[in-house]
This record gives sequence, C-alpha cells and structure tokens, in this order.
Amino acid sequence: MKEPIITLNNIAVSFDGEQVLKDFNLSIKDGEFVTLLGPSGCGKTTVLRTIAGFIDPDHGDVLFEGKKINDVPPHKRAVNTIFQRYALFPHLNVYDNIAFGMRLKKKSEAEIKTRVHELLEMVNLPGYAHRGISQLSGGQQQRVAIARALANEPKVLLLDEPLSALDLKLRKDMQTELKKIQQAVGITFIFVTHDQEEALSMSDTIVVMDGGDIQQIGTPIDIYNEPKNAFVADFIGESNILEGTMIEDYLVEVAGIRFKSLDSGFGKMAPVDIVIRPEDIDMVPANSSGAHITGEVTSVTFKGVHYEIIVDVDGFKWMIQSTDSAEVGQKIGLALTPDDIHVMPKSKYSGQFGDYSTFSDEMEEDILAAENAQEGNDEE
Amino acid sequence: MKNKAVSAPYAVWSIIFIVVPLFMVAYFAFTDASGAFTFANIAKVGQYSNVFLRSIILGLIATIISLALGYPLAYIISKVKANHQTVLIMLLMVPMWMNFLLRTYAWMSLLEDQGIINNALAAIGLPRFHMINTAGAVVLGMVYNYLPYMILPIYTVLTKMDNSVIEAAEDLGANKSQIFAKVIFPMSMPGIISGITMVFVPAVSTFIISKMLGGGGNLLIGDLIDMQFLGSSYNPNLGSAISLVLMILVFICMGIMNQFDDGDDIQGGGMLI
Repeated sequence: MKEPIITLNNIAVSFDGEQVLKDFNLSIKDGEFVTLLGPSGCGKTTVLRTIAGFIDPDHGDVLFEGKKINDVPPHKRAVNTIFQRYALFPHLNVYDNIAFGMRLKKKSEAEIKTRVHELLEMVNLPGYAHRGISQLSGGQQQRVAIARALANEPKVLLLDEPLSALDLKLRKDMQTELKKIQQAVGITFIFVTHDQEEALSMSDTIVVMDGGDIQQIGTPIDIYNEPKNAFVADFIGESNILEGTMIEDYLVEVAGIRFKSLDSGFGKMAPVDIVIRPEDIDMVPANSSGAHITGEVTSVTFKGVHYEIIVDVDGFKWMIQSTDSAEVGQKIGLALTPDDIHVMPKSKYSGQFGDYSTFSDEMEEDILAAENAQEGNDEE
Repeated sequence: MKNKAVSAPYAVWSIIFIVVPLFMVAYFAFTDASGAFTFANIAKVGQYSNVFLRSIILGLIATIISLALGYPLAYIISKVKANHQTVLIMLLMVPMWMNFLLRTYAWMSLLEDQGIINNALAAIGLPRFHMINTAGAVVLGMVYNYLPYMILPIYTVLTKMDNSVIEAAEDLGANKSQIFAKVIFPMSMPGIISGITMVFVPAVSTFIISKMLGGGGNLLIGDLIDMQFLGSSYNPNLGSAISLVLMILVFICMGIMNQFDDGDDIQGGGMLI
C-alpha cells in the first residue's frame, strides 16, 4: 500500500456564508488517477482549489506527503493545475508558455529548450513551439496547457474539467491521451469532472460527491456494480431504482416478488433501495414461466448497439437495454436473476430517484449543461 | 451587401467632414495666398522647430506622469469590489462633465501669484512662489485634463483579464511581483498603448491649456496654428502646413508606439477609442 501523497482532514470551506465543504476527509495515494465526480455545485472544484492553494480552508488541514501545507502559497506547492479554460498566457507563444515555470525556477535556457521540445513531443505538438496561442485550436491549447503544467515536474497534477470545452470526438481522444500521459510520467492526477462516462473510462479511483459530501469512493467497477446509495446508482450509468424490503439475510422482496439475494447484514424486514441496471434485465414473452414482472412497452429508442425500451409496470417505468426490439403497446415479461439485484441501504436520496417517467438522461445532461453555462456567465 | 448599405451614411459623413477637409488642409499647405503651388509654407514650418520640440517634450512629460499616476490608480480600481468600482469610475468621470474651459480657468485662479494656493501659503507664513505661466503649469493642466483618458482604457483591460491566467502564473511558481511583471503588465499593454495615444495626441496639440496656464513664454503647436487662423498673424496656408507636419509627426509617434503592442491576441484595449 502506497503512502497517501495528499490528505485532507476535516476541511471546511464556505463562500459568503454558504457552506460548500464541511468536515471533508480524503486521502489520495501516490501515482493514482483519481477522479472527483459529481454534479455542478457539489464542491469538487473547491476540493481541487484547496489542494492547489487558491482556497484557504476555514478549518482543517491539507497534508502533502504527511506535512501540513495550509500556509504554503500556491506558487510554492509541488502541484500544478490545468484550468478549465486552459488559462494560457495570450501574450506569449507556445514555447514561452511552457518555459514560464522553468524560467521562474531559474533553469538554464539550454535545459529549458530540451525540456520544452520533449514536452511538445509528448503532447503531440512538435513544431508548434513558435506558434501564437490564438492560432491554436481548442484541442491544441489543451495540449499546451498540459505541457506547461508538467514542465515543472509536479508531484501532483490537478485537472479542473479540462475536457469540457472540447467536442465529443476530441474529448474521447484526449481521455485516452491523458491516461497515457499519466502512466508515462507516473505522477498523481486529480481530475475533476461531472461526466460519469469520462470518470469511468479514465480513473483508477472515483470519488463520487454530492452536496459537499463524499457519497462513495471506489474503482470504476465497484462504483458501477456496487453503488452505495440511490444517488450514486442514478448518477453513474442508467438504473431502475425501486423500494424493496430485506426479508432476512439473503432474501429480498422487490416489486412484490421475493428473490434470493447476495446481500446480508441489513436485519429482518429492513426497508432498502434496490438498483437494477437496464442491461441486466432479460425480455421474455409476457405470462411465460420466466417472467417475474409483466408490463407494457411505452417507448422504444434505437441506440446503435442496443434498444432502449421503457416498460410501464403498474405505473413504474422500467428502462431495459436489449439488443432485441419490441413494439410500443406490446405486453412483455421481465426476467431477473439474483445477480441483477443490488441492495442499498436507505439514504437521504431514497425516493428522489426512481423510474424513467420523468426526464431522460439526455434531458438531464442538457439541464446540467445549461446550469454550467449559467455558472460560467456568473463568474465573468 | 447589407452591411454596406448600413454604413453608407457614415461613409458620406466621413467623406464630407473628414476626407475632404484633410485634402483641403493638404491643398492649403502646398499653395500660397494666390493659389499657386509652393513648398514655401512647409519650409517655413522649420522656423518653428523650437515650438514643435516644446510641444512634444511637454506632451511626453504629461503622458509619462499620467501613466505613472494612472496605471496604479486603474489597477487599484480594478481590484476593489465591483460596486465600489462603479463609484470610483464615476468619481473619475464627474469632473469631465464640467466644461473644459471652466476647469482650466479654475486652475488659473489656483495657481496665480495672488491666487488661492499662494494666498494660503502666505497665510501660514510660507513664501509665495511663481507657478502660473510656467511649463510646469502647462504640464499640470495637461495631466489634470487628460488623466481619465489614461485610466479608462487600462482599467478596461485589467478588469477584462481572465483571473485564471493570473492563477496559472501563481500555480507555475510566480510570486506577486513576478505575476505583475510577467503577466499582468504585459497583458495590459493594449490598454497602456491606447491610454498613451489618448493622452499624448490631445496634449501635444492643445492650445487652451498653454494659453491659459503657460502665458506667452510657453507657446505650443496648437497656439501657433490658432494664431494662423484666428490670431494676429493670419496665414491659413502656413497654419495648414503646420497642421500637416504635426499630423505626420503624430502618425510617426503612434507607429513607434504600436511596435510595443505585438498582439491582436488581447482584445479590449482599443475599446474606448
């Protein structure tokens, strides 16, 4: 087990009397790709800025390799940041942007030259040294920002939603590239995003946050397969979230049917939240022996790899992802196996998330994007 | 095509009131009273090289003082809370709403030998000293009148500066003074350039300020031109020649200045022009 490189102990931060973080604790192991994931306003950027030193916490300690660094100003911390809108120096060209930090550290010009070209090679921009910043595309500016932040050989790189300004295809490429760079330089990356897909594909560890609290810490697989509460289940991937009862250890009742369960330790007759992933549900003919539940198809959407089918079961709208299609209005049966049923304890999020009768995820994404845009405008 | 139609009134306006007069100035400059072509007017301008030199030196001094006062002021204003900024900018603008002549008259009564400042000095037992009708008084008048034109463009650039760029500099290891020297100051260059332009050009061609505060001994180009058109030595041909030379000199100065401003990258500086 590696030693934590960064530890946050009981951090509290508030802006204008509004508490953003309260008793926040987190430790990050050296060399990991850690993602802070959560909706906007969950405090993830605040955590990042506290580590960078731009925010002085009201109380609590920030430890770097076990030493308290609360009083160390940002320019003396061994961490570097990649900002959301890159924040390149517009009056300097690519070379001088990357050399900025090294010049402050009084490195020799010969050494700087070697390093700048090395870095440009790494971010796939050889030959761009003497371009002006305004001549670069968003993706290229992004690469320069990465090179500039790595030039000082930080022990930790902080990335504040660095890919959010790029279009989808470029974003996917940059995800792969960032992961590659992280593995090549072998330092800790702390990455902030609200994009769950981005988090799942890049991270060693994901920290899911909401309302200033950590909801769950784990590997992408853990977070997806074993969400700790309804919030995590809903935020990461698609999920049908139902009320259920843990009859006893290894026996759960959901949708009026008792299933064998892999979970235990909730006590007898305990109310729980149940998450069932849409891709785990099998479609069978209605009223066949395998059908646990029967419902009516209300919508079918072709998604390329699969169909997304919404099934109304007594008013609760299930989402099913299947490679087989169905007709709207058709009665179908849903078959479940004990493996498909993940039991979560009740939390403050119980009841907030459920079926697919309201907004689609795309709609939610749009709303989120609008909120982000609003936030961006407010900052200016 | 549509844009062209919309800009037509402006094009007509600028042809009638800017382009044509410019050609008229050039025409007068190269002709004598009878309308015959001559270089005599231009040649005569050389006689006044001392006036040109004085104008440029006083204009430069006023510009440098305005920059030295205006930059820190713009910087401080840009750093205070947003609603306080509005108040401070208002305070800066309010004197400009008062008539220019009146404000310059006010300085006369302050600076005179028997003026308010000297009377105050005498009242507390200090010796009077001569201030009015000196080059210093002219520079003071220029700085007083044109300082807001230095502050506003610099302030605009500073407030538009992306804070994350400043944080990036800090993140990369720059302390407060390095951030200023390597990021804030170079990035505010467009504002400085337009500030300098907006102070230097009117300062170098002013005639009211020198007339009221400089007395007879501090004649500037503006006074010289004034005299050729409205004054004792009526000679519009010479006046046009002087104007033309002044215009060329200002062009050259601006050309030199713009060499320091190497970016279309940074927007916002020229906004107030």
